[in-house]
Amino acid sequence: MSAFITLDGVSHAYGGLTTAPAVEGLSIAIEEGEFAAVVGPSGCGKSTLMKLATGLQFPFKGSVKVAGEMVTKPVKIAGMAFQAPTLLPWRTTLENLLLPLEIVEPHRSEMRRRRVEYAARAENLLTSVGLRGQGEKYPWELSGGMQQRTSLCRALIHEPKLLMLDEPFGALDAFTREELWCVIRDLHAARKITICLVTHDLREAVFLADRVFVMSARPGRVLVERKIDLPRPRDLDVTFTPEFQDIVQEMRSHIVRARQ
Amino acid sequence: MSSNLAVRLAPWLYTATLFIVWEAACRLFKIPTFFLPPPTAIANAFVEYWTPIYRHSLYTLSTTLIGFGMAVGFGLLLGLVVGWSRSIYAGLYPLMIGFNAIPKVAVVPILVLWFGIGFVPAVLTAFLISFFPIVVNVATGLATIEPELEDVLKALGASKLDIMRKVGIPRTLPYFFGSLKVAITLAFVGSVISESIASNYGIGNLMLQAQAQFQVPLIFAGLVALAVEGIVMYWLMAILEARMTGWAQRSGFAQA
Repeated sequence: MSAFITLDGVSHAYGGLTTAPAVEGLSIAIEEGEFAAVVGPSGCGKSTLMKLATGLQFPFKGSVKVAGEMVTKPVKIAGMAFQAPTLLPWRTTLENLLLPLEIVEPHRSEMRRRRVEYAARAENLLTSVGLRGQGEKYPWELSGGMQQRTSLCRALIHEPKLLMLDEPFGALDAFTREELWCVIRDLHAARKITICLVTHDLREAVFLADRVFVMSARPGRVLVERKIDLPRPRDLDVTFTPEFQDIVQEMRSHIVRARQ
Repeated sequence: MSSNLAVRLAPWLYTATLFIVWEAACRLFKIPTFFLPPPTAIANAFVEYWTPIYRHSLYTLSTTLIGFGMAVGFGLLLGLVVGWSRSIYAGLYPLMIGFNAIPKVAVVPILVLWFGIGFVPAVLTAFLISFFPIVVNVATGLATIEPELEDVLKALGASKLDIMRKVGIPRTLPYFFGSLKVAITLAFVGSVISESIASNYGIGNLMLQAQAQFQVPLIFAGLVALAVEGIVMYWLMAILEARMTGWAQRSGFAQA
């Protein structure tokens, strides 16, 4: 059985072959429906991994396969969210959610006819992340945490098979961050989509993921792959158990070694 | 409420103060009218020469607005083109800077050579002088799209045109409307330059004639007429800006 996302011996450099590669000999396989987390020292090519897996960048060596197909153009089945919510300030929250539907087929051509249905879908999604009735507000009328929830909803509105998250909670305070962990945990449980989370927060990775990949310092490749066996559904309390702390501690030592 | 009233009265108060100080200075230091006329003398000139001032102002306004209109159309288009691709940007930018550095007063004789004196060179000078800030602002708006947002859309399969329509253009609007305020005042400069050199009509020409006849208050009346037109047009652009891009103007920074 082949994995949902497969990167095989991938090397990539942004400035062509003359510059130092961002990742080198990177291999990673993520199963369908799996929650994968990628951690590593800063500048290790975590974001590059995301761009490669979504077809925003192409490697000069190795191959990238998503859903059984070689990636030669942007994959279209992915939703993305970043550290900055990047919402459009001239659109209301609801209109921001509808943006992907205005671009992705088949929704794009049916936008006019099915607008009411799509708006209802967006409204449901907002409710599921605790933003019920906030759709008419503009992004700048929302708090940072609410904006980030909106950004997550935007990544999910077209029902992607794959969700790519690049440090989505990095700019939030600790309490909001943990709240959103639960939001994303529940979304994953309810929708069974494949999630790839890039983060530098080890607790976050261990709490959320089925498997954690530790990357080396630049040029990045996978050093360690660690299955997280903590039973689901996981409650935030699990983060205070010795079991959990041990795994985080183990991850930390890998990262410390990777930095040297 | 009271601070709101203060803000609304402030422009009138400041303007009145300027004229009062001016008038007082003229009287106190016995400055001769042919050197610096006091505001009352300028007001008299306004009354006395109202018909020509009115007619020439209207003429200048029309050349300015036509030139400005062309600058908006052309500037917007060129700005979108320049913002579209980095190689076009790199290629055109030095040309535009070079062109903008040329004093437009030096271009007027060429325009006269091509089109004769009067209406056309005035319109074209207004156009030439005012399109540059529009191009630069539109291109800047496009060049500063957040790369993450671009990634989000590209990963959905958005074409460059999609990104331009959904993000680039709306995002550029505040820059665009902001540039209109600069461009409209520049357009007045352009048309008046051309009128003073090569025209039988317009405020520029009126002031030139007044100078030849040593009617200094009339010269100043022309300047005031221009200033008023400039303020009114600027104000209209500011209203347009606020109405079109209210979402971009929520900062409380300048509200004190």
